[in-house]
Amino acid sequence: MPESSLDIFPPKVKDICSSSIECRPSPLRQSSQSSLPLHRNYMLSTFCTEKNVQECLSHISQEVSSLGLPPVWMESGGSSEMNVVAVLNCIYDLIQLHRRGLRTLENMEVEQLKSSSNLDYLQLTSTQLKEQLELSKRENTGLLERERQLQLKVKSLQNCLKNEKEEVQKLQNIIASRASQYNHEMKRKEREFNKLRERLNQLLVDKKEKKQAIDVLNNIGRADGKRSLWKTEKTEAKHEGEMYKTLLSDYDIRQRELLLENAELKKVLQQMKKDMVSILSSKKPTLKDDQHQDDDIQADLEEEVFDSSKESVELYCVHAREKLTNSIRLQWRRLKSHVERLDNQASLAQIGRSKNTDAVSRETHEEEMDRLKLEIQQCKDFIQTQHQLLQQLSSPYDEEKASLLSDCYMLQEKERFRDEWKTLEEQRKIFERERRNFTEAAIRLSHERKAFEDDRATWLKHQFLNLSPFADSNKPQMSKSKSAFLISKTEASAASAPEKLIKRPSDTTSPTPRCVPLTSPSTAELYPTLCLVPENRSTKPKRLTEHVEESSNFLNGNVPAQHKHWNDREDHSSHTLTKEKTSSI
Amino acid sequence: MNFSEVFKQSNQLCKVSPDGKYLATCVQYRLVVRDVSTLQILQLYTCLDQISHMDWSSDSLFILCAMYKRGLVQVWSLEQPDWHCKIDEGSIGLVSSRWSPDGRHILNTTEFHLRVTVWSLCTKAVSYIKYPKACQKGIDFSRDGCYMALAERRDCKDYVSVFVCDDWHLLRHFETETQDLAGLEWSPNGCVLAVWDSCLEYKVLLYSLDGRLLSTYSAYEWSLGVKSVTWSPSSQFLAIGSYDEKVRILNHITWKKIAQFEHIATINNTKAVVYKEVEKRPAVGSDDLSLHNITIGTTLFNTQSKYEICPPPVQVPVVKPDPDRANPKIGVSTLAFSSDSRYLATKNDNMASVVWVWDMQKMSLLAVLEQTSAVRCFQWDPRRPRLALCTGNTKLYLWSPAGCVSVQVPTEGGFQVQSLNWHCCGETLILLGKDQLCLCDDEKIGGNTPLQILNFTC
Repeated sequence: MPESSLDIFPPKVKDICSSSIECRPSPLRQSSQSSLPLHRNYMLSTFCTEKNVQECLSHISQEVSSLGLPPVWMESGGSSEMNVVAVLNCIYDLIQLHRRGLRTLENMEVEQLKSSSNLDYLQLTSTQLKEQLELSKRENTGLLERERQLQLKVKSLQNCLKNEKEEVQKLQNIIASRASQYNHEMKRKEREFNKLRERLNQLLVDKKEKKQAIDVLNNIGRADGKRSLWKTEKTEAKHEGEMYKTLLSDYDIRQRELLLENAELKKVLQQMKKDMVSILSSKKPTLKDDQHQDDDIQADLEEEVFDSSKESVELYCVHAREKLTNSIRLQWRRLKSHVERLDNQASLAQIGRSKNTDAVSRETHEEEMDRLKLEIQQCKDFIQTQHQLLQQLSSPYDEEKASLLSDCYMLQEKERFRDEWKTLEEQRKIFERERRNFTEAAIRLSHERKAFEDDRATWLKHQFLNLSPFADSNKPQMSKSKSAFLISKTEASAASAPEKLIKRPSDTTSPTPRCVPLTSPSTAELYPTLCLVPENRSTKPKRLTEHVEESSNFLNGNVPAQHKHWNDREDHSSHTLTKEKTSSI
Repeated sequence: MNFSEVFKQSNQLCKVSPDGKYLATCVQYRLVVRDVSTLQILQLYTCLDQISHMDWSSDSLFILCAMYKRGLVQVWSLEQPDWHCKIDEGSIGLVSSRWSPDGRHILNTTEFHLRVTVWSLCTKAVSYIKYPKACQKGIDFSRDGCYMALAERRDCKDYVSVFVCDDWHLLRHFETETQDLAGLEWSPNGCVLAVWDSCLEYKVLLYSLDGRLLSTYSAYEWSLGVKSVTWSPSSQFLAIGSYDEKVRILNHITWKKIAQFEHIATINNTKAVVYKEVEKRPAVGSDDLSLHNITIGTTLFNTQSKYEICPPPVQVPVVKPDPDRANPKIGVSTLAFSSDSRYLATKNDNMASVVWVWDMQKMSLLAVLEQTSAVRCFQWDPRRPRLALCTGNTKLYLWSPAGCVSVQVPTEGGFQVQSLNWHCCGETLILLGKDQLCLCDDEKIGGNTPLQILNFTC
């Protein structure tokens, strides 16, 4: 805080100073300037009059001389005339002096202002510093107070600690004393308890009415079948002997186990040693020059030790064991050092190799680098061109993609259409086949018809040729066999001729629709076939009427004409039938 | 697996004879002896009161039934049903009764541990051993039945007496360096006696048969110490479980610690397999893949469960014990070596639903079985490395190195397995409920089925 306040204060102070400097000079100067002329004017007005010119002159000359200027006028001349040149010079000098004086005054004023502002600033800072001092003093006292308090606390805590320690000590003592007391009490109680037990035992033993008893039907033999023996010293000794026997046997077993384990371990050790020796011996020739001579001696010694230990393995004596372990230890040390050396060598070799390769390949390295750089550049170029190409491709590719997409849909549509087309084609084929069948059938029919007509023609011819009496019997038979309803109708019509004549057209039309459905799919095709074969008539109801038509058919072969004839013909047929009937009747 | 029908039983008193032929069960004041293979009743004896303890003699010829409240012991002969023997301890009371290893003597501990009375069935002779110590395990017979070690307390000092069981000759009597001896146990080969102090002090002492102190081991001081001690069947290792949730393994040569198994709540060991039991309600027409659920007709409303293998790290549920209460539920309380000494199963009391299996060859954690409820009991198959455990529900769980399986006990009325015992042949399991028992026969599946089932469940 004090620092920051210090930082802040100076500029303020300066501001104040500058403002004071700026504002002060004007009144001061004004006052000085104003006062001076006033004074002068006043002086002028009173100093010299007409009467005391001489005195003034002398006074001025005195003043001037006192100022160190040349005298304004010389009395030696005796005249009261002034030396104008000297006066002017003097005035000039005086003015100069006055100017100089004013300038110095100004400077002095500035100096004063400066110093005063400085003073202000210093005063301010001093007050601030005083405040800071006060503050720090206060802080210091606070800190001192705190320290004092803390010290007090420490003291109290130390006291506490001491008290606690004492308490702990006391408690420990109490615990110890209590424990000992408790133990003592326990022992006392136990003794008492034992006494009580003893007493109780005595009492219970002495008690007559409810004694301990065993009630056995008959004694049973011992489990081992032997009889129990008297307790004698002999049995005691026997027991001891048995005990030691069991102990001994246990120790025996254990010793055997240990022996076995030991032997196995020794075997392992031997194996290890052998391996180590073989390893060391194999490396010996290569490293012999590196080694010191005493090392060699040691190795030889070890060899000896090894041999001797080999012999003494079976002896299990202390010396042999020591020798074995010692030799193993030595071998192990040697192996370790050997391995370490190998490690060092390996690392050295590695370093050396890396160095060598470095030295050799410096130039090739650089060449390789250059080559690789070139390659990289090429690759980069290649990639760029590829990139460009790809970009070029990408714009048409989009359209293509769109078209492809639409194509996809189109393809689907096409597929669908093709399928439909196929089915249609199939249907068409089926139709064609049917049509062909039909035409064939029609042709066949026409042929049949032709044959039939031929037959009929021949038959009619026969009839006409010989109008024989069996013609009557023939006709009804035919009608009966061909169409029953026509006959019934004809019979009805025979019953009422005029009625039949009116009804006829409706009646005849009705059977035709019934027949049409049977042949409906082919009627459309029937006409052209009929056109082709105009003489063909295949419907059953018409059969009988045919012979009437015959003449007309022969007359005109056109279909519309035929239609007309159809109706006429039917009428004719009815007529003919009736005629026939009537004729027959 | 075949499950027998359910039989009645009381006080969870049900034992197979040492020769494996007979099954003796107590129902109130009756003792029923059955043939293990046919489960037909061979003998039925009636005692004078409700039986509180029952035991077979080592030769499987006699059964001891103790009625502690009345201070009575009745002995029955299997060969001679009309033979009887009644031992009355009178007003001195009775808290514990056991056979001597020869099966011809009965050792009764009287109330207040005033003395141990040794009754001979051969001669009706009575002998007393004074000053037995009331502690976790004060009497132990060596495996071969030759020696008995007894913890004693005289003049506020602990002593151990070694007796020859043959004629109760006191072979050795020595003071132990314990503050308050809590238990003793012979090594299986009968040559070393492990003695440990009460939980206030971590101290395990190893004495030779002739009373020499072989070694003393103490892992730490001040805080609660030893909670359980077990020998490996090979006598090679001594496993010590303690309140600091660790198991320390001592070797039999130097008696120094060779391994330490920590029971940490977060299992990060990637080599250990963590099996987590997952329960699920059987869905109607469930597509359950586990074979046992299909083969065994489970009751419809029982939850099915199977094991899932969890990848590490696995967080095991931990219950913080109340520090203000005595005997806090923390630390390794149960230790069991498999019959081949290859595996060690442990249970840490503040992780009650978890059983840990350790590999003693690699000395590392092998498997962790996280059950849905607290493990009540676990026992190794006496023949194979196979661990059976129960959690007080209707299921039986089996672990073997190949995997883990849960089997629903298919009995009506929700048979809740509270405890289990292997038959000595390792093919039959006796499952004990609250007042029922059930035999689980593993013979049909050749003792290997759990492994086959595993292929489906895991």
